Amino acid sequence: MNIQAIRQDFPILSRQVNNNPLIYFDNAATTQKPRQVIDVMSDFYEKYNGNVHRAVHTLSIEATDLYEKSRQKVAKFINAKDWSEIIFVRGTTEAINLVAYSWGLNNLGKGDEVLVSLMEHHSNIVPWEIISKIKGFTIKYAEVNPDGTLDYNDFESKLCKNTKIACLSHVSNVTGIINDVRRITKAAHDNGSLMLVDGAQSVPHMAVNVQDLGMDFLAFSGHKMLGPTGIGVLYGKKEVLERMRPFQGGGEMIKEVTFSQGEGCSVIWNELPWKFEAGTPNTCGAVGLGEAVKYLQTIGMDQVLSHERELTEYAVERMQECKKVTIHGCCDFSNKCGIIPFSVKDLSSHDVALICDNYGIMIRSGYHCAQPFHQQILKLHSSDRASFYIYNTKEEVDRFIEVLKEIEEL
Amino acid sequence: MPTLEDYVARIEGTCGEEKDVIVVFKYDKKDEAIANILKKAKEKNRLAGIIFELTFEDISFRLYTSGKAIFRSIKNRESLNQILEKLLL
Repeated sequence: MNIQAIRQDFPILSRQVNNNPLIYFDNAATTQKPRQVIDVMSDFYEKYNGNVHRAVHTLSIEATDLYEKSRQKVAKFINAKDWSEIIFVRGTTEAINLVAYSWGLNNLGKGDEVLVSLMEHHSNIVPWEIISKIKGFTIKYAEVNPDGTLDYNDFESKLCKNTKIACLSHVSNVTGIINDVRRITKAAHDNGSLMLVDGAQSVPHMAVNVQDLGMDFLAFSGHKMLGPTGIGVLYGKKEVLERMRPFQGGGEMIKEVTFSQGEGCSVIWNELPWKFEAGTPNTCGAVGLGEAVKYLQTIGMDQVLSHERELTEYAVERMQECKKVTIHGCCDFSNKCGIIPFSVKDLSSHDVALICDNYGIMIRSGYHCAQPFHQQILKLHSSDRASFYIYNTKEEVDRFIEVLKEIEEL
Repeated sequence: MPTLEDYVARIEGTCGEEKDVIVVFKYDKKDEAIANILKKAKEKNRLAGIIFELTFEDISFRLYTSGKAIFRSIKNRESLNQILEKLLL
């Protein structure tokens, strides 16, 4: 993996921030875009823009072709059995909301339970909380150990006959710890429950094989894997998706709308995946995501993970030189992606992030949309987070350590 | 007559229990905003030439040369606006 060659593909990495070279360590929030993705999107609007599945004219057909080819690329990327199991949505949040509203509203009621973990991003908590208020089911929260690892025994013990769906992030967006979703999926299925996996932090960073892991749903975002914002994916097993009602109504998701006097309109839903894609989709975004997938495949997902782990191990080792820095969560690098949550003694997370920003280093501060995890498990008011991707280097980590040392001296 | 909008690009509440508020100054007015604030606020400390620890009317805050300020213990947006008006205008 030639990092310097990869860096050449990312125009933004040549810019300066506050008179310093940009060091982008906020990849868990969003990633930068390679020239290839930028070009394919620009090319789309310059040559192919038309509304997909709507018309017989050339532009519509070409746009549809590009859109559906992207779907096939994504299906292959996660080894879906069939391309119709790939639903384009805005991102992970919308994907989970789709399941909560479409499946949850129609399959959950009083006495039922949804099981989630305390390490979840808000997007895998709040949709279930909203629907539970409407349908009256219970949400159970599985414990997380103080080192940020999932309490597997607690998760499995909370699966019961009432549990209709279990929801778990594949990789924690706070600690980067990888959860054994194969084990939890098997436990959920043995219990007769469906399994939803939040793949926002796994699909961009490691090989994810949905047929091997066996989950019923996998949600992930394009912008966290070199693609544009506003495009993401819900993968769902065909037999599960076929039993679900549409999430939103409108054009595209219907096969037929017939009107009869006195009875109004009767509707026949479209086939998968379009049943879940009401309205004009983010065609250009999907095309950009397809190119991002191609870019990652060229590198190889094993290489991506290996590079991130090497960088994380190096950064954690060097952060030990900083006496006032505390790294949160388990540091078992064999079970971790490139995320390091930390705090600096006597400084708020936002101060640390603002000082880093002064030096051109972008890190995240706050709860990282995981407030229960911070409050209940890590016992922190907030934390800082450095997160790496394919274009980050050891030299950037060295500069980051220099700045952390300067912060310690303040 | 200058207004707050001339100087302030965005005010954001941070996420985290601290409930800090970050004021981002407009890029082309940040140097002027920093100069105005430094004239009026009391400097408690200057860190590495990039951070100023300041107080103004019993409110402590930090000002960064990148054009951002972080305020703590602010009651509400209205009281923040009042302080900013006094500091900037």
